[in-house]
Amino acid sequence: MSFSAVGIVLGAPLLAAAVLAAIPSYRISAALNTIAALVAFAAAASLPLWRPESGAYLMVDDLNVVFIVLNTFVGFTASVFSASYIAHELETGRLTAGYLRFYHVMYQLMMFGMNLALVANNIGLMWVAVELATLATVVMVGIYRTSAAIEAAWKYFILGSVGIALALFGTILVYMAARPVVGAGADSMVWTILITRARDFDPSLLNVAFVFLLLGYGTKVGLVPLHAWLPDAHAEGPTPISAVLSGLLLNVALYALLRFKMLLAANPSALPPGPLMMALGLVSLLFAALMLYNRRDIKRLFAYSSIEHMGLIVFAFGVAGPIGNFAGLLQMTMHSLTKSAIFFSVGHVVQVKGSQRLSDIGGLTASHPVLGWGLVIGVVAIAGLPPFGVFMSEFLIVSSTFARQPYLATAVAFGLLIAFGALLMQVSRIAFGETRGRTGPVQASYVPMFAHLAIVLVAGIYLPGPLVRWFQHVALLLG
Amino acid sequence: MHGFGFDVAHMLAGLLVLASLAMLYQDRLYSLLNTLALHAFVLALSVAWQAYIQHAPHLYITAFIALGFKSIAVPAALRRMVFRLGIHREIEVVVGTGFTMLAGIGLIALSLVVMLPATIHADPLAREDIALALSVVLIGLLMMVTRRNAVSQVAGFMSLENGIVLAATGAQGMPLVVEISVAFSILIAFIIIGIFLFRIRERFDTVDVRALDRFRGEQR
Repeated sequence: MSFSAVGIVLGAPLLAAAVLAAIPSYRISAALNTIAALVAFAAAASLPLWRPESGAYLMVDDLNVVFIVLNTFVGFTASVFSASYIAHELETGRLTAGYLRFYHVMYQLMMFGMNLALVANNIGLMWVAVELATLATVVMVGIYRTSAAIEAAWKYFILGSVGIALALFGTILVYMAARPVVGAGADSMVWTILITRARDFDPSLLNVAFVFLLLGYGTKVGLVPLHAWLPDAHAEGPTPISAVLSGLLLNVALYALLRFKMLLAANPSALPPGPLMMALGLVSLLFAALMLYNRRDIKRLFAYSSIEHMGLIVFAFGVAGPIGNFAGLLQMTMHSLTKSAIFFSVGHVVQVKGSQRLSDIGGLTASHPVLGWGLVIGVVAIAGLPPFGVFMSEFLIVSSTFARQPYLATAVAFGLLIAFGALLMQVSRIAFGETRGRTGPVQASYVPMFAHLAIVLVAGIYLPGPLVRWFQHVALLLG
Repeated sequence: MHGFGFDVAHMLAGLLVLASLAMLYQDRLYSLLNTLALHAFVLALSVAWQAYIQHAPHLYITAFIALGFKSIAVPAALRRMVFRLGIHREIEVVVGTGFTMLAGIGLIALSLVVMLPATIHADPLAREDIALALSVVLIGLLMMVTRRNAVSQVAGFMSLENGIVLAATGAQGMPLVVEISVAFSILIAFIIIGIFLFRIRERFDTVDVRALDRFRGEQR
């Protein structure tokens, strides 16, 4: 009974991809896309209740359940948004029916890749899955075939491949470190075996491996010296993909990083991974916060905000300890939900205005009240104002850092304030003041956006006890 | 004490590094593709030798993939592409050849300095293989950042992947899953690159990626 749930989480997207490839009508395929995502989410939601045994290739444990449920949920809401988004793209002729068929196949393939990466118990298999998800998104970023889209896809492809290649090198080094202890063969790549034996691994080899893994998967997380692909990919691809990139793919790469961080933490003589992650995270946070000011493109603006938040999350996991990890997990969940809600709104805004430039967008709350206020609420939430969930997790991050490293906490708070100012300044220009740009009617599905925002709001006011205990338990596992 | 098998494995890995260095100074696309084919051929030999000394017959498959796909099929396809696009002229090199070579040598030194102390307890064969493999990877990266032509960036990426396959086969008993997946991902990656090249060509009449830089999203 229970293992079939994992089977559905993986099988539904794969099967749907195959079926979608054969359906020419975009209405049917958009509906099917949504149904497949819903089925995967339903199966994932049953995982915390009926936990399957972990096998040699797949596993479900306390850590990845959080990620799987979040992943399939946002995957589902994004597919609902996608259905209303692409109808408009087809009308305006930016995409043809043929491209849409391709788009839906790639969407499900990407979901399959991400889900597989999350449930993989074999570090080689996890790598393959991340690579698959990356390739699927590369193709989707370039789907509009404008000059800018092709540049973005090319840059993403090249940087993503280099990152993924470095991650594979790191994976091989982990295998080499494990081989003398676990023995040659497939067992030395099985994560559940690795983690129990990590104590005896050669620490110097593990250290080098972690540097490669941090750079490799860190490229996909969007950490700063390696972030160049991220704003372009977000800005030039279809907006549902921007939402999924920010909300999910970055998390999947982060998850891979966390797995290896746990290996390193389990070895007493290996380098502590915390300081490296804190340094990269802090640099990302400060850099992206400053970059928020001078943006001219609305999707780039929120892409930089994603870099800022991923930096903060990596920093929190670097600080570690029960509170640091708890805050990191919470921040990651809240960011996924809020950022994808923002992109759902931005997608419709851009369609109404016919432009992504901030100078073409103004006075949204007057011309499109529901959309405009949705965006304002989303930005207020992502900027970290109470009563939303992001406020709580950012507060936890700053306070737990303050207990350990007061100077660093000051830097983090400084970065958050800079970002806060930038976001409020930008949103006041978009949402209030005189109306700029076109003011045509909007056909939007608001449900996904407000569903996300409602969850974030509720989480900011009251977190249910079982969820808190679950997160606390996972935070302890992360060390 | 290490014997003949060990020496040959080293020689082949060293040859691969040499082929990487040779790729750095090729300034014509055809000769670059020839060197890429040579690179993959040396890799195939090296993998086959590892299969022989490790008594791991499945590695012969990897060697065969390296030989058939990477050393024959891919260079041939790229060559056709270069011919059809009519770009068999000189490669624009961003930094001078001399500097690139020096940087390449520096990277080899770096990877030896990093890997050898880190792998003291590892099996000696794997130990030096992985150091050489890392230099191949780093030189591949160097090649990708110094070249501006899409085809030569692809060549740089392929040589980088070759370095990783060398590392994977050097690590004894590494499951086959990984090798096949590497080969498979290269295949997918290559198809995508092919599509992109044609799209780039369609839009810009060139595969020089500098043409892409003009279309930064934030310019107006």
